Parts: sequence; structure tokens; C-alpha cells
Amino acid sequence: MSEITPDLVRHLANLARIDVNENEVALFADQLNLIVDSVAAIKDAVAGDVPATSHPIAMANVFREDVIEPSLTQEQALSGAADSADGRFRVHAILDEE
Amino acid sequence: MSDLIRKSASEQAELLRTGQVSSVELTQAHLDRTAAVDGDVHSYLHVGPEAALAAAADIDRRRAAGEQLHQLAGLPIAVKDNLTTTDAPTTSGSKILEGWVPPYDATVVAKLRAAGMPILGKTNLDEFAMGSSTEFSAYGPSKNPWDLGRIPGGSGGGSSSVVASFQAPLAIGSDTGGSIRYPAFVTGTVGAKPTYGAVSRYGLIALASSLDQVGPVSRNVLDSALLQDVIAGHDPHDSTSLPESLGSMAEAAKKLDVKGMRIGVIKQLNGEGFAAGVSARFNESLQLLQQAGAEIVEVDCPSFEYAIAAYYLILPAEASSNLAKFDSVRFGLRVTPEGTPTIERVMAATREAGFGPEVKRRIILGTYALSSGYYDAYYGSAQKVRTLIQRDFDAAFAKADVLVSPTAPSVAFKFGEKLDDPLAMYLNDIATIPANLAGIPGIAVPNGLAEENMPSGIQFLAPAREDARLYQVGATLEKLHEDVWGKRMIDFAPELQEAR
Repeated sequence: MSEITPDLVRHLANLARIDVNENEVALFADQLNLIVDSVAAIKDAVAGDVPATSHPIAMANVFREDVIEPSLTQEQALSGAADSADGRFRVHAILDEE
Repeated sequence: MSDLIRKSASEQAELLRTGQVSSVELTQAHLDRTAAVDGDVHSYLHVGPEAALAAAADIDRRRAAGEQLHQLAGLPIAVKDNLTTTDAPTTSGSKILEGWVPPYDATVVAKLRAAGMPILGKTNLDEFAMGSSTEFSAYGPSKNPWDLGRIPGGSGGGSSSVVASFQAPLAIGSDTGGSIRYPAFVTGTVGAKPTYGAVSRYGLIALASSLDQVGPVSRNVLDSALLQDVIAGHDPHDSTSLPESLGSMAEAAKKLDVKGMRIGVIKQLNGEGFAAGVSARFNESLQLLQQAGAEIVEVDCPSFEYAIAAYYLILPAEASSNLAKFDSVRFGLRVTPEGTPTIERVMAATREAGFGPEVKRRIILGTYALSSGYYDAYYGSAQKVRTLIQRDFDAAFAKADVLVSPTAPSVAFKFGEKLDDPLAMYLNDIATIPANLAGIPGIAVPNGLAEENMPSGIQFLAPAREDARLYQVGATLEKLHEDVWGKRMIDFAPELQEAR
């Protein structure tokens, strides 16, 4: 059995910025334990010096010419925002009052 | 149902080219079919008759004026709702994007428009393409046209069911671990995952960026080949886009010949764990291919044992990062808690309300797999398994030109059967995932009826950039089947009740 406790689920959900209720915490803890147990064998699959693959077809340094191309207008870029003002995205306070 | 819409995409395109039908007539015939059956099938999240008919009328006018048009010009198509469209909402099956109309077209969508293909609508999917059944769509599941009580596969169950129910001759899908090929398997249709980078992902709402690939969905192999030829090609907007052309898939699909082709049966994806009917149809197809001159060999891919584990670490890890963009700021839902909340509380409340259970589960799992102290054991190991799987494929392709397996272990399941058991749901992808991990192309081709008279399918895999081999062997097997059956696979499907 792996180590996903309800407290860890709350911590991870907070890191991921998702509010979770107590029912979800219990359910996710159970389900994630099962999933993590089922993938744990992967630690034994790779011994020693196997290199990691991050992308299946490796490409490095993909550049383009430094020329101006059409892009979104400010209005288009803001068109999906819940709130905007003065041509910018408007959000709630970043710091709380303390 | 009009006979017109039962025809293949290439036949319909021929009627357009020869002036026997107009694009407006053809587009309207498909819209009529949608009006008659989609109340039951629910392939679409959005249908856009005005935009589709306007595009069709434009093509008819240009054709009448003698303009040189693309060979598929005027042929309507459906697009999975995780590709951005400026004239239709794009939700990716999530409440968090409900009503969002993107300010730009995905490159694939722009290519369809440039070819003159009217876009009928946007098809349903599991939320952010996470699922195998469309049951995780925030807007309700799509149904399997062969049996409305069964799933149409996922995540692209909207695209598979839309072609299987003759609401569209072609559709676009995306495949991260089988989201094109598994739906093809359960609906008796064709779907291909091209080589990673062969088709642009610009404007595809990313699930797992090292795995995602856009591809074609259709009722026969040539039609998918024609569609891949439309959407493939280098795109400077996608840094993973391959610079080179892979050639014409349609030409490959017309080479109905497998003489001397070495076809490798993957030992790990056959037999145990696969339903008897699925395996029986699979073995019959191997015989057909052998009789047609192919050489059947067995290949061993021992690392495939760890493929699902690697996938269900890599995918959530990448998804947890990709989905961080849904933060209530730039697009989509914003939910503001009572009082004077900080932006962090607004984000957390928005993501709570906007994401469904599978998305939350995978984001939390991915956050775990990437967290300090676990990263090496989980994400690091998974990336190493990826290397081992690539090595298995390299060794297998030294012995065989293409590899083959059943596309999935068992026929379409009934709604609700696996909803509360994520692990059981994940096993549907056992045969499709290795191709995504290695970046190689795969095609799912109908393979006869198996358990409970439901469709089964067969999957071919080829080395990276050798997509053409898949269309050649796929089209050849399709022809061999049709010679045996005396009809197409889709013609075995029961007629849907049309609403009046």
C-alpha cells in the first residue's frame, strides 16, 4: 500500500489550486493509492544507466527567422477574459491583507 | 437516410468534382442526418449549419467559376472540440471553457478551410481528452451507433460516432494514448495516429505534449489517407512539427499489395487478456494477410509490460502542467468566492467548479509524480521506460516492416461499467499506448464482429515517418475483408431510428 493520505491529497490539491471537499479527499486518496500501487513496479523496470526520453522524436534548437508576423490584437487577446480593464487582464488581489 | 451520405468520403468527393452533387446539397444532407439521429447519438457539442452552408456555397460558386480546387473541396467534415475554431465555441468537453470562442484557428482547422472543406460542427470528447468512453465529457456521453447502450470509445467518441452514424464522411481526432484508435475499434471505423510531429498541434488544447498527435477519422482507409494528406505538413507554430514531408498517404492506400511484407505479431499484445472473439478475428486476419503474400513473424517487446504504468505517470505529469493555464484569468470560467478573496482562492474555486472528477484526479496524480522526493522514482523511471519501449520497437522493426495487434482487448462496454474504476478504464489503452510513448504511427482498421455482435479492430504500427506503410497494409486488409464479407464493415451496423 502506498502513502497517499488524505492530508497529502489536500496538500497536492492546494498545490494544484483545486478546492476539494472531504468526500473528494477520501475518494481521491483511495483511488490514487490504487493507481500509485499499480504503477509502483515501474521503479523496478529500470535498473542502472538507461537514459530518459522526454520527447519521442528529439529536436533541439527550433528557431525561426526574426521577422514580424501577424499576431492577435490586444482586443482579441482579451476577448476570452472574465474581466479586463485598460487593455489588461483584471484579477483579484495577489496578496491578502495580512 | 439518403444513399449519398452512406458513400465513402472519396466517392462523395468524386461526385462533387464531376458536378453530380453540389457542396450545399451534400452538406445539407449531412446536417439533415444530424437533425434525425444526433438527439440519440450525441456526437456533437456544437453544430454550425450557417457557417458550414456558407463555406459550401462559396465552394460551389468557385467551382462554377472554373477555379482549380482541392480534390476534397466541398466535402464536409466534423472536428473534435479540442481544436480551436474562430467561428464556433471550443470547450474540450469541459465546463471550464463553456462558451469560449477562440481568437484563432488551429493550423489543422485552417488547412481544412484552405482545402474548402465545410466544418459541420465540433465533436464530443472526454473532458480534455482524459478518458476512453466520453463518459467524462462535462456535456454527457456520446453513444455507440452499433448499440446506443454502449460507449463509442474515448476520448474521441464524438468523432468515431459521427462517422459511424453517417453524420459526417470524415472527422478530425487527437490521439494521446489511443483516443483516435480505440474509438475506431469499438465503432467499426478507421482512425490513424500519425507519426509524432507529422500533423501540427498548434491550436490543439494540449493534454500531454510529448504524446499528443492529431489525426484522421473515417469509415475506410483511403478516406483517412486523403485526410492525413490535407492536414499533415510542417508548421512553424509548432516546435515539434517535423520539417520533412512524409509523402502521399493516398497513393500508399491505393497500393493493394502486401507481397513480401514482413508483419510482426507483438507477443505481448495477443492472447491472454484479449477477448476470445477479438483474438479469433485477429488470427483470421493474419491468415488473410499471409495468403495474400505477407510473411508473418513474431516479435518480442518485453518492456510493454510497463507501458501503462509509464503512461499513467507521464500523462498526468504533463497534464497537470498544461492545465495550469486554466486559471480564471485569460479565458474560461471565473468563480469568485464570497468576501475579498485573493487570486489564489479564485483560481482554486474556479478549478473546483470547472473541472470534472477525472481531470482533478489526474492533475493531483501528476502533481504528486512531479513533486520533490518522488520525481525520480516515478516521472524519472517512466521516462526511462520510454527509452526501453523505443528500443523494443527498434528491435522489432529490424525483423518486421509493420507490427500488428488487436487494437484493444475487448468490444465496447456498457455505460457505467467502468466509471468508478479508473484502473479498469485505463486497461482499454494497453495496445495503443506504446505507439504514443515511442512517437510512432498507428492505424486502427475494422476487423469484423466479435463478442455480442459488436465491432472489433486490428492495429498496425510502423516506424516513425513510415505512415505510408500503414495505409498500404490497412487498405489491403480492408479489401481482403470486403472480398470475404461481400460488403463493408460499416454495412453490418444496424439502422438508427431517425427522428421525424
